[in-house]
Amino acid sequence: MIRFNANKILQTAEGAMPLAIAFELEQGKLLSIYGNSGAGKTTILRILAGLTTAENVMIEVDNEVWDDSKNNIHLAIKKRSIGFLFQDYALFPNLTVKENLEYALTKGDDKKLINELLELMELQQLQNTKPQNLSGGQQQRVALARAIVRKPKILLLDEPLSAVDDDMRFKLQEYILKAHQQYQLTTILISHHLPEIFRLADKVIIIDNGKIIKEGSPTNVFSEQKISSKFKVIGEIIDMKKSDIVYIVSVLSANNIIKVIATEDEVANFKVGQKVLIASKAFNPLIQIIS
Amino acid sequence: MIDLQPFWLSFKLAIITSVILFIIAVPLAYWIAYSKFRYKAVIEAILSLPLILPPSVLGFYLLVAFSPENAFGTFLDKYFDLQLVFTFEGLVVASVIYSLPFMINPILAGFKNLPPSLQEASFTLGKSKFTTLIKIILPNIRASLLTGIIMTFAHTVGEFGVVLMVGGSIPTKTKVVSIAIYDEVESMNYHNANVYALILFVFAFLILLSVHLINTNSSKTRLY
Repeated sequence: MIRFNANKILQTAEGAMPLAIAFELEQGKLLSIYGNSGAGKTTILRILAGLTTAENVMIEVDNEVWDDSKNNIHLAIKKRSIGFLFQDYALFPNLTVKENLEYALTKGDDKKLINELLELMELQQLQNTKPQNLSGGQQQRVALARAIVRKPKILLLDEPLSAVDDDMRFKLQEYILKAHQQYQLTTILISHHLPEIFRLADKVIIIDNGKIIKEGSPTNVFSEQKISSKFKVIGEIIDMKKSDIVYIVSVLSANNIIKVIATEDEVANFKVGQKVLIASKAFNPLIQIIS
Repeated sequence: MIDLQPFWLSFKLAIITSVILFIIAVPLAYWIAYSKFRYKAVIEAILSLPLILPPSVLGFYLLVAFSPENAFGTFLDKYFDLQLVFTFEGLVVASVIYSLPFMINPILAGFKNLPPSLQEASFTLGKSKFTTLIKIILPNIRASLLTGIIMTFAHTVGEFGVVLMVGGSIPTKTKVVSIAIYDEVESMNYHNANVYALILFVFAFLILLSVHLINTNSSKTRLY
């Protein structure tokens, strides 16, 4: 169980922004942090890792106190059982793929794990290559593998999938999921990408301006907001015509004219130029591929 | 026959100075690059002073400081049995001070240009600051370290003003090659002066060439 509670004043382009975040996460779960850039997501991971200090902070991981500003406790970074996947991967250019992984071992650790991870991430062929000769996706797999070598209690992933294309993204999600399950990690993933969050996360928190504005399962959190069983369009009535027993109302939305059927009772309240919302339950939406 | 002793003296001085400065400059540059000390700019300015100060000014103050007539000189003599005026040891101390920016600036630039995430990644992998410095940071700023060493070496060989002030021109003790050239010219031995000068000229060119080669090679293979 992770208990996190931290406050910090962040200096942003728009001035000082107070960050005040508290959440709990059960062991073995995958939490996703979602929010605009500059909302303070990376700072949360950095505080958890000990890379950034916070003013008023209490962090407890499996009953072990990592940070407690009241009692002046601040566990050194190297003593925290974490794996951190940096946005720029931070692979060591002077070491090969295998050496990058081995660097994370502590004296006396079993080297078998390195081969196991190389296999899991499909990196055996590349193990003697230097990072600068790898593609972006390969570098990412190395960085992910390296973050897992210590079998950390928490795996922190700072928007790892932002810089890759959709195919690669899908594959890497697979790797993250595999690693998360195989090593029973507790994982925190920063992501901008809704399908990814739905696929990977058990729990999601949405952050805006340094505060949690919503938290819960992905379906609960996003159901009213971004993803809905209804289509909603906002427009302006430009025309109303009687046709047999019903009325046809034309609504202009963006550059499209949408024709909607309305009854006489409804039309009585409408007038041309009015702003309206058109919503439709999506029983039979048409989906067409646009190239 | 031309006397090659001044060359030997110059190279000995340059090697000793480079080794001492390397040992001093790595921790000092590390501290400047990563500490949050508020008056760092002041320290950096002081360390760069030898770049713009006329060598004779620096040499003059060192001469005064090292002089057995003054407190510091007496202190060194009394407690360490060290005489720094007109001795080779004095040249080493003066050269270390005079060449400091040539060693520290490239190393400092190397530290500052390295992405901070490399260090942070090493910390999150459970490594100490010392391990990180030795195994990650220094190997990745190899080019800067080499540049610092080569520049210091070359600069020490080419020193004149400071050496003349602190060391004088005592054969086999403080008469380094740059001073030997001056002496030969003064006694109208243009041929000898020319030989010394030409060798130094070629040497300086080779040094600069090697610095450029190191930097082009490393920029090709470096990730960042």
